[in-house]
Amino acid sequence: MSAPRDDAGAGKPGGMNRRQLLRHGAWFGAAVVLTVAGGEVISHVGGDPAAAAGDPNALRFVQLSDSHIGFHGPANLDVTGSFSRAINQVNALDLNPDFVMHTGDLTHLSSPAQFDQVRQMLGGLRTGKVFVVPGEHDSVDDHGQKYRAAFGAGSRGDGWYSFDVKGVHVIALVNTLALEKLGHLGVDQLDFIQRDVAGLSSDTPIVVFSHIPLFAMYPTWGWGTDDATQALSYLRRFSSVTCLNGHVHQLFSKTEGNVTFHSATTTAYPLPHPGQGPAPVPLTLPAGQLGDALGIRDVTYQPGQHALAVRDRKLA
Amino acid sequence: MTRIGRVRRRPGKIGPDKGHTMRQSWSWVLPRMVFLLVSIAMGAGVLAGCATTSNTAPSADTANAQPAQAATGTTGTTGMAGMAGMAVPPPGPGAASPDAPVATDTVAIQNFAYSPATVTVKVGSTVTWTNQDQDQHTVTAMNNGPFHSAPLNTGESYRYTFTAPGHFDYLCTIHPFMTATVVVTP
Repeated sequence: MSAPRDDAGAGKPGGMNRRQLLRHGAWFGAAVVLTVAGGEVISHVGGDPAAAAGDPNALRFVQLSDSHIGFHGPANLDVTGSFSRAINQVNALDLNPDFVMHTGDLTHLSSPAQFDQVRQMLGGLRTGKVFVVPGEHDSVDDHGQKYRAAFGAGSRGDGWYSFDVKGVHVIALVNTLALEKLGHLGVDQLDFIQRDVAGLSSDTPIVVFSHIPLFAMYPTWGWGTDDATQALSYLRRFSSVTCLNGHVHQLFSKTEGNVTFHSATTTAYPLPHPGQGPAPVPLTLPAGQLGDALGIRDVTYQPGQHALAVRDRKLA
Repeated sequence: MTRIGRVRRRPGKIGPDKGHTMRQSWSWVLPRMVFLLVSIAMGAGVLAGCATTSNTAPSADTANAQPAQAATGTTGTTGMAGMAGMAVPPPGPGAASPDAPVATDTVAIQNFAYSPATVTVKVGSTVTWTNQDQDQHTVTAMNNGPFHSAPLNTGESYRYTFTAPGHFDYLCTIHPFMTATVVVTP
């Protein structure tokens, strides 16, 4: 792991100056409060969606994931219907999201018909902008060519990109091509990340989207990214980094240093918890329980806070 | 669980590499404290789920009702023990049949695995893979290798004739945790 280029923290053993440290401490020293109410989980690591409700400068976005359009199996006999419900649920939220991000596995088998269908469905979202990153199911036979034809406009390399919105810098990564069990970013994309953040103030909140987790959630099942440590080293100087992923079809959160990771659930079908069973194969739940395993996520960032409030809701 | 101590000593990926200063240790300890809380809060649900019978769904209810309790009452040890399970996974039952090579030109794809996981054939042999799962799978060589199937539906087969000796690792691009090997001997 090479050291990040960190002018602000140059010469300091921890790569962090006093001001950053104080802020860092203030952020991480705050109590982590989870609110569970009405099927929602809210992780406040400093942020509060309710407090931000009337703030026009607050950033609000929605994460959808793993719609697997084209999946046919007992684990979900109608993934299209489930995704449609998720879209309706997003449209019914009272938070007018600045954007919606789909974190991959839009389709199940990357067929042109599946891409066409999911693209049309995403068009039904009432939001400022829809973004996507690919999952491995979106490139099963062509290294992502059909994916990029459908969704790659404005992206670089194999489909990665970044943008700024309301003071937050958003990076969307592709770690599902060049797969060898684990997710992989590759040299070109690592260079992109390093250059992309080079000019940013360390105060800038960073949000990173990827399909496969950037942390080692369960490498035995490929639930990790083999060169993520390098990518995260470029983000070490930032006081707030939030990584949001899909792929694992279940909620999970953890903090490592300055980075908080949140795995999202799916709109399609659940997968087992890590190590529960021989392989991450679709779980068929007893009748009536599927909706509890599926869901959507909304995220709020209020200027002045150093963390994002992440709220997961069951599929309505 | 006996892994608790091990995980406590395990450095985080983003941790400092060298000696600790006071300043460093704060930037180090605080996140770890939160790591604890978060692992209790969110992770405990997953772990609690792990401890229960199989086929428990990761529902929003089960995944998070327990964290709320854990955050108020449970000690950090539980959370760390839980993370130990995450960080140092035991080999799954699927990994139990090791990669002992089998001399055969027929590979079944069943229960999200290639069986046998390693086959040995002579140059010029044709290997046949048949998908016996409900879900689709592919047979795709890694490292830009020479063979790659289309997605195989239930009952469909893919054949490839090996014309050069070598060690060919492959995976399913749809389920990349499925990996296996063909060894081609002269």
